[in-house]
Amino acid sequence: MNISHQTLVEFINVQKTYDGTELVIKNLNLTIQKGEFLTLLGPSGSGKTTCLMMLAGFETPTHGKIMLGGVELNNVPPHKRGIGMVFQNYALFPHMSVFENLAFPLEVRKFKANAVKAKVEKVLKMVELVQFGSRRPAQLSGGQQQRVALARALVFEPDLVLMDEPLGALDKKLREQMQYEIKHIHENLGMTVVYVTHDQTEALTMSDRIAVFNDGIIQQLAPPNVLYEKPENAFVAEFIGENNRLQGTIKEVEGASCLVAVEDHLISATNVHERQKGSSVILSVRPERIILNPKVGIDMNIFEAEVLELIYLGDHIRCRMGICKSDNFIVKIPNDHTNDPLNKGDVVKIGWQVTDCRALIVM
Amino acid sequence: MTSILTADGTPLKDSLYKAEKGRRVKAFLLVAPLLLFVLVSFVFPIFEMLFRSVDNPVLAKNLPLTIEKLQKWEGTNLPDQETFTLVAKELLIARENSKVGKIAARLNFEAGGMRSMINKTVRKVRKYKGNDYKKALIQFDKRWGKVVTWKVLKRIGQRYTGVQYLAALDLKVNADNTIGFQSEDRRIYVKIFLRTIWVSFLVTIFCLILAYPVSFLLATLPLRISNLLLIMVLLPFWTSLLVRTTSWIVLLQRNGVVNDILVALNIISEDGRIQMIYNQTGTLIAMTQILLPFMILPLYSVMKTISPSYMRAARSLGASPLKAFVRVYMPQTTPGIGAGCLLVFILSIGYYITPALVGGRSGQLISNFIAYHMKSSLNWGLAAALGTILLFAVLILYYLYNKIIGIDKMKLG
Repeated sequence: MNISHQTLVEFINVQKTYDGTELVIKNLNLTIQKGEFLTLLGPSGSGKTTCLMMLAGFETPTHGKIMLGGVELNNVPPHKRGIGMVFQNYALFPHMSVFENLAFPLEVRKFKANAVKAKVEKVLKMVELVQFGSRRPAQLSGGQQQRVALARALVFEPDLVLMDEPLGALDKKLREQMQYEIKHIHENLGMTVVYVTHDQTEALTMSDRIAVFNDGIIQQLAPPNVLYEKPENAFVAEFIGENNRLQGTIKEVEGASCLVAVEDHLISATNVHERQKGSSVILSVRPERIILNPKVGIDMNIFEAEVLELIYLGDHIRCRMGICKSDNFIVKIPNDHTNDPLNKGDVVKIGWQVTDCRALIVM
Repeated sequence: MTSILTADGTPLKDSLYKAEKGRRVKAFLLVAPLLLFVLVSFVFPIFEMLFRSVDNPVLAKNLPLTIEKLQKWEGTNLPDQETFTLVAKELLIARENSKVGKIAARLNFEAGGMRSMINKTVRKVRKYKGNDYKKALIQFDKRWGKVVTWKVLKRIGQRYTGVQYLAALDLKVNADNTIGFQSEDRRIYVKIFLRTIWVSFLVTIFCLILAYPVSFLLATLPLRISNLLLIMVLLPFWTSLLVRTTSWIVLLQRNGVVNDILVALNIISEDGRIQMIYNQTGTLIAMTQILLPFMILPLYSVMKTISPSYMRAARSLGASPLKAFVRVYMPQTTPGIGAGCLLVFILSIGYYITPALVGGRSGQLISNFIAYHMKSSLNWGLAAALGTILLFAVLILYYLYNKIIGIDKMKLG
């Protein structure tokens, strides 16, 4: 990555309301580094798109400031911000050819005709659509339209590119392919990207950092691996990846870990928020971190569980188990030769390490 | 190409045809009543009109032998004795069938004064006992002794004629069978056609100018408010045409509301009241108001489908609001502009009631003249010819629109 530690965008105490009664964005403070790929991830209505629209200039913050390269943006109209944007439905101009679409941002910037031609051809080459210049957007496939939209946001070489769920309309396979392409383009060109999505896989694949939004608040801002492995609260744990939740109360605190009573079992967990004895927490364990027939060790929680349902998924078997009076405890068993095949109704030993079990505050 | 067969060996196309047959019959039966209605009330009258514009039965039917005889006449000298005899005899027969009036009227359309000639002749021929009809007729009315009269008779005697079209275009056939302009004071139709086109063009432009911002507002406002506004657009649309036209009379006349307000505000003086009605201005104002919904609805329906993200995209790419509007938004509304303009233009080119009520003399359009020939002068042939020209003008417009914009791109409401 070519992230310099230079701030490009800054949200300072930004609040936004549409109707004057409810805050869509609640006191947002966010710093985006130059060259970074930052994803705003969250369910619909969490405020992530509003955030992007304020940055693009199509919404104004009700309170607070947005800075771009040290300049306050609040009163700069969208067309003077010099920010490239890829829209959800691409917004390719239907009455113009691909070439004209790509030439548009250059023409309004009064580039000379031959410079326009050279730049458009360069960017067409980058998205591998050289022979499609004369076509109308309607004559392109969804994936091709997506590339044109991307090319159009990049052709005038903006420092900052915003993408509003750009892959939402594509099928799964194409979406994955485009994720890699966008990632590679970002690596090659080194522009700053702010990407909005509700798809966590997309966020994990491409981002340098991910800001998880919920309820107008950034729940956690961290690189993908930290976000997945060390979620700070139950919402993040639930939203990123799959997650088994067990509700309990802390019985004892020992340094960084604690002992949590869940129904009539005692489970050791990492005390993420250093909660006091007696406080209620949610335990979060990733399904793939659960070991079948574990070896006994000091950092190990071991329980007996009943197999309730088995789903064959090719690369792994998804097993629903009953444990601690929860009948929705998911275990992912790798489809390899190390495990004996399970049957419905079997009672087996399962276990997980203390570090993989995080006691989170209830949100 | 060999045809593909189904499993049991019948050609695939045949079995497809059979399989779809039931559906096709059902579909046809569903549209049959409308089809019948359109045939009877629309297609048939149009052909009737086309036919009437060239049909010329009066002389050919009532003076058949004379006309037949005249076909062989070369037109340099007076016809022979036999022709004169035939005319006299056939006029008497026509009198018994009370067709003389028709013959006289038909000839009078062509050459003024021939009505009296025919009537006089018939009166005198009845009492004439001799045999020398040539001498007698010339004696009754000396016009019988002129070659021109016979030429008119020969020309009007043709069963089918384009003479109505010539009349509709201010042309006539001269005595020497060449085509020339009508005399200065009888040239009206070309002027009226041009005026009709000009008024229609102005109405279309005014409608477009007024409708575009309104449609834009309708398309961009939240649905709740835009629905209310749309109802306000449609409300006059649902009101009777006559009511709306007469309200314009109330508003625009010399002692009307608008003039009163202008006088009250001291913008004009009491004797300077503006004549805004019973002239072309009145026609323009009233027609623009009445046809406005026909422009708003297609525009609105097109604009509603244009996603706001296009404008946003244009803005984010560096275009100022005006530039984004002109380069990105407006081109996408062309199907609506085209449909609206075509609709308003075609409607106004044949508009009748409003110009008749508020047009005065200078605001009369071609349809008023068609109505005049249908109802007052009873020259249906000319009315049909004028109507046919109007019909073809509209067809040409439609053709041009299809060539330039494409009729498949038209969006109406």
